[in-house]
Amino acid sequence: MSAAKWRRAMNSSSAAAAEAARGVRDTGRPTVVRSTAQTQPSRDIVTEGRLSTWWRSIVRAVKWRHIAVIVFVFAYPFFATPFFTFQIGAQSLALGLIALSLIFLGGYGGMVSLAQMTVAGFAAYMLAIFGTSSNVAISLGWPWWLALIVAISLATLVAAGIGWLSVRTEGIYTIMITLAVGVAFFYLAQQNYTVFNGFQGFSRIAAPTVFDLDLGQPMPFYFLVLACSLAGYFFVKHLIRAPFGIALQGIRDNPRRMQALGYNVTAHRVGAYAVAGFLAAVGGILMVWYNGRISPGTVGVGAMINILIIAVLGGMKHPIGAFIGAIVFVLLQNFAIDLVDRERFNLVIGGVFLAIVLFSPDGLLGLWQSLRSRLDSAFTHRGQGRIHR
Amino acid sequence: MSRKNWALLLLFGVPVAVFAVWAIVDNASLFFKTLLNGLTLASLYFLVASGFTLVFGLMRNVNLAHGSLYLFGAYVGWYVGEHTGSWVLAVIAGFLAAAVMGLLMQVLVFRHMQGQDLRQTLVTIGLSIVLADLMLWAWGAEIYTFDPPSWIYGSTTLPLVNKFPTYRIVVLIASIVIGVGLWLLLARTRIGMMIRAGVDDRGMLAASGVNVQRVFALTFAIGAGLAGLAGVVGGTALSISPGEDTRYLLASLVVVIVGGMGSVVGAAIGALLIGLAEQFGLAYAPTYSVVFTFVIMVIALAFKPRGLMGKNT
Amino acid sequence: MSKGKKSFGRSIVAAAAWVALGGVAHAQETIKVGLLASLEGPFAAPGQDGMRGADLALKERNGMAGGKKIEFVKVSSDATPDKAVNSTRKAVEQDKVQIMIGPLSGDEGIAVKNYAKTQPNITFINGSSGAQAATLGDPAPNFYRFNTEGAQWMVGLGEHALSKGYKKTFLIAEDYGFPYSQVQGFMASYCAKGGKVVDKAWVPLGTKDYASVIAKIPKDVDALVVVLGGSDAVNFLTQYEQAGGDKPMVGGSITVDQTVLNFKGKRRESLLGTASAGPMADSIDTPEWKKFVADYKANFKDGFPSPSLFAYLYYINTKAALDGLDAVKGDLSGGQKAYRDALQKTKFNGPAGVVQIDGNRNGVGTTYITEVTKAPDGSFYNKVVKSVPNITQTLGLPEEEFKKMGLGTRDVPDCRK
Repeated sequence: MSAAKWRRAMNSSSAAAAEAARGVRDTGRPTVVRSTAQTQPSRDIVTEGRLSTWWRSIVRAVKWRHIAVIVFVFAYPFFATPFFTFQIGAQSLALGLIALSLIFLGGYGGMVSLAQMTVAGFAAYMLAIFGTSSNVAISLGWPWWLALIVAISLATLVAAGIGWLSVRTEGIYTIMITLAVGVAFFYLAQQNYTVFNGFQGFSRIAAPTVFDLDLGQPMPFYFLVLACSLAGYFFVKHLIRAPFGIALQGIRDNPRRMQALGYNVTAHRVGAYAVAGFLAAVGGILMVWYNGRISPGTVGVGAMINILIIAVLGGMKHPIGAFIGAIVFVLLQNFAIDLVDRERFNLVIGGVFLAIVLFSPDGLLGLWQSLRSRLDSAFTHRGQGRIHR
Repeated sequence: MSRKNWALLLLFGVPVAVFAVWAIVDNASLFFKTLLNGLTLASLYFLVASGFTLVFGLMRNVNLAHGSLYLFGAYVGWYVGEHTGSWVLAVIAGFLAAAVMGLLMQVLVFRHMQGQDLRQTLVTIGLSIVLADLMLWAWGAEIYTFDPPSWIYGSTTLPLVNKFPTYRIVVLIASIVIGVGLWLLLARTRIGMMIRAGVDDRGMLAASGVNVQRVFALTFAIGAGLAGLAGVVGGTALSISPGEDTRYLLASLVVVIVGGMGSVVGAAIGALLIGLAEQFGLAYAPTYSVVFTFVIMVIALAFKPRGLMGKNT
Repeated sequence: MSKGKKSFGRSIVAAAAWVALGGVAHAQETIKVGLLASLEGPFAAPGQDGMRGADLALKERNGMAGGKKIEFVKVSSDATPDKAVNSTRKAVEQDKVQIMIGPLSGDEGIAVKNYAKTQPNITFINGSSGAQAATLGDPAPNFYRFNTEGAQWMVGLGEHALSKGYKKTFLIAEDYGFPYSQVQGFMASYCAKGGKVVDKAWVPLGTKDYASVIAKIPKDVDALVVVLGGSDAVNFLTQYEQAGGDKPMVGGSITVDQTVLNFKGKRRESLLGTASAGPMADSIDTPEWKKFVADYKANFKDGFPSPSLFAYLYYINTKAALDGLDAVKGDLSGGQKAYRDALQKTKFNGPAGVVQIDGNRNGVGTTYITEVTKAPDGSFYNKVVKSVPNITQTLGLPEEEFKKMGLGTRDVPDCRK
């Protein structure tokens, strides 16, 4: 069966099962399962157009909570203050994008790489070097869109390179090696003055003005970051169900079996690193436009570990975890100082992280899901018919 | 040795030899001083990394809180040393304090996460952040130095290098002693035999009637204790302050990656490479000396993904 | 909606209105001043002391300035520019402070200055940042620095070194912006008057093992110029002594300051006699300084034995900010123009000399040349040997010559032979 047919079959059968479950819950009596969807999939697919099937699967998949989130996220800058829009909203989404790359690589690829922030920082440095910044001696001053393309491409290449280095290692070795690579880049950026401008880095890196709209202003910038984050999120969601993503998950679970099946394990892994690197590079560009500057401190050990904390906080099993974790992290970072003794901020973050890893390894999403299942089971004694995604 | 190994040896050996000859001709005193400095720094790195590799080798636990154990041992050792006036007691106190902390970590936390490597690693990261902040709270952000007995302090006159810090020689001798002791422990005692068996096949070890949890706890305690001991020893040479934990963790990481996980000999080789590279880099090309260590790591991994002495399974 | 719900809703709205009114009324009597220092990371101890200095300035006037109550909104950074800007943005945009005091370290200062340009209606006053570029390069019209910067702190030390017979020296310094400025300040007059710095060893920031650097020290230099800070300084000094080194040392402003002299452990006799320079010293013999030290000691039992550089710098900047409020009677309207004019005219007798600013809104002040001395109770302190007043950012050189030299870097200035 081709991938498309198989996907449709998966969708239609799961959708049918969801219908059955709903039927059970609502009426207390099992409804008649539409046999056509189950027994004659091919005729179904041939008669219905591809577009309407796709549309139908979307409509079935969208729940109330999804609509609520979308509405909130789009309406947010209209009722939030510019500070909240810019520093909380845009920063969380940009960080979330970088954490998303880690979740894709770690949660779905089984390779937890601490070098995602490094790739993001590298993209930011490239943008500063090829575009305009305060340091006219080093910056080449190319038009922003050209610098952008070059920066993202170079960063993706570097990510693939890091992947090639780490691909021969497995599991926890990957963490150690990517940590070491990240630290090496930190020291390189700190010590080199001809290219990276050392300790000071580059400042005055502003978001461009497109069609008279200054993307550096809070609201336009927020929408730019939102668009990138939504695109990244749906891209990852699509990718994990595409053949590449499925193969990647297979490699995560059992590389030997996948190799025996004929898949090129190394190529898939390096490809995953490249994809994650692309996402991280976009996140890095957004971060540098947010901060207006890049310096070695942005790619230091602390920043690298922060991305891991965000991903684990939200939950490594689902792409939305990246953004949830990022929002919680940014809120803590900004407001913990008002609640707790300001010097003990690290203790708060570390403690929360530790608590999550010890008691809810799936992060906040895992907590949410276990809460929901507990609440649901309180109302539905049958406890059957839950579809776990 | 195979052809490939000869080729590698020539590829790296020839430039190193050429450099050595040039450096001796240029400034012999500097070269030998740097060589000795590199050896002594390597011995310090070995002390710190040996505990790390021991824990990883047996329990597959990447203990990223290893640096925190180093710092904790150092602080406790300083406190004891300050109040008793004896540096030797400080060393012992550092070892014991870190060993106890390590034991607690293993028994209370890691024991319940057997087999979940990633989760253990994440827990160690969380622990390191929490411990670092608690230590900052308890001991403040000042710099702490130790007060070793005067016969260790000061400088001795050696051939070729003139005055050289006595303490560094002491560190070199101490790490050789501890390294040999560790090797003897692993190779000649029953406990060591159990540990080595556990590294190879944990399941069989349990099946042959050994209380694996107790072996794990003991190993973790020894590994952590070594970190604490290195804390006091290293702190005397290089002072302690917040941030040392990250620095020594990264050093241990690189040493163990280069040398091979789970191998004490590998840790020694890795420490030698890294220590020498760092000191020679600092003397002859200070700008990028720090990057050298990581470049070496990358090159080593490119040829041997499991480290130079790592087991190829 | 039911009746109960309606009345409940209305009472909530009313309560909110009262609170808002009260808040507004209260706000008219209070001026919020943001205070940024690095309370996390490597500069935690200096950051805490900086906060103490600012608190002292406020306590002296019983929490009031310009007839209004002053409320400090304290935010923290970890010495990285990103965090400093984030914290400043929170204080300015979220907590709505009208005056912002901070940051602590050099590079943070440049980042905050760039942010200040986007907030023309808020006045930004420096904390203790000593980077030349914060006011020299592309200055912001609403960023004020009442203290002198890193290069100014070393002017006069060159002559002092020559007077002690150190004609040839070897430099060991950390490889980043602040030491570059300090070295420029030292060498500006040292080289001009015939001194030679035979070589410079720039070590990467965070180096702990100086053994190889020590091995490189040539035998025929008269003294070492050491511009390291914090634990790096302690490490170097200890290792140098262990390696049998016996050359005298000339230190930078944070090489033998209070945070270094106060390290926990045995004081090494080899530190005694080290010359240094800075905007203040532990033993200035004026009544203003003595009062400052006494007030610091009385108010902060958990502080250092003597106020550190950072406490002093934050103190004078905060005092200048609050004095300015007095001058305009707390009126910050009109884009704070009257307030800024008052700031420009500031001139008072601070604990360590006159505090005033030049046309570039950078401090013009006194530099003290000191030597490390042992006090009767056994502790070490910096004794003032000489004081050099009225040092501007051109470091005592004519302006064109200074402009030609540019800001300090690894190779600027240079006088090897």
